[in-house]
Amino acid sequence: MSTTHDDAPLAAQVRHLEALLEERGWLAPGEIDERLDAFAAGGSPANGAAVVARAWVDPYFRARLLADGNAAIGELGFSMGGALQEQKLIVVANDADEHHVVVCTLCSCYPIALLGPSPSWYKSEAYRSRVVRDPRGVLRELGLELPASTRITVWDASAESRYLVLPRRPEGTDDLTEQELAALVTRKGLIGTAAV
Amino acid sequence: MSRINDVGGMVGFPPIVEEPDEPAFHADWEAHVVALNAAMIRRGVYNLDEFRDAIERIPPDQYLAASYYEKWLRAITTLLGEKGVATPGELAGA
Repeated sequence: MSTTHDDAPLAAQVRHLEALLEERGWLAPGEIDERLDAFAAGGSPANGAAVVARAWVDPYFRARLLADGNAAIGELGFSMGGALQEQKLIVVANDADEHHVVVCTLCSCYPIALLGPSPSWYKSEAYRSRVVRDPRGVLRELGLELPASTRITVWDASAESRYLVLPRRPEGTDDLTEQELAALVTRKGLIGTAAV
Repeated sequence: MSRINDVGGMVGFPPIVEEPDEPAFHADWEAHVVALNAAMIRRGVYNLDEFRDAIERIPPDQYLAASYYEKWLRAITTLLGEKGVATPGELAGA
């Protein structure tokens, strides 16, 4: 996404709309600032990482997570109801034979509660158009080279259903605590464009 | 019938560009657009499906040229006009 073009007119248009709406009573004074604060305090990839780490250390939690994502993340205090309606959370687990990757071909649907705001590349036409046609090539481009024998499954998110990838637990991590395990998990791993 | 947002499988787009340590927003106005949209939806001026629809019916050339939050701003402006909150002239600052 270009950030070099002059976006001063856009910023001015937003200020104009806010002033107009406030003047007409469609916005309460301070309402925008409250929403900005709420958004800043919202989702983060640390939430998704905590869910993954728990699934790595607790096979019963893992089973519940894969069976009913919404209920399982509720055990950790997370919710998919951050938007206006609760969205269904489907968790897909990588294994030795299969790797999962998530996209929203139509726009930008994404589990914000567990991942925070999405990166620009996730919302780009380039990613959305290409990952469903050539997932192996796109993953390679993003730095993940998978063995030819690994099957890749691409999940297309929608307004109602959001996906989270459960990466494989890295080898040699038997001695790590749950917190240390969570620190290994990246946003890209939770989208499926990195191994972890 | 598919619209321009339905790009899955379409060919011709360039390589994917990752921005290291990308911030949630690249400018304050982007965050304000998100907050403004949430406020309008909560107030019932329009709903989330109408908002998505307003993005998806941006003319293809403009859709492809606009940044992500620029599309949001266009959609919000379109809906405020269509819902009678303000006239197009008022919304444009005329």
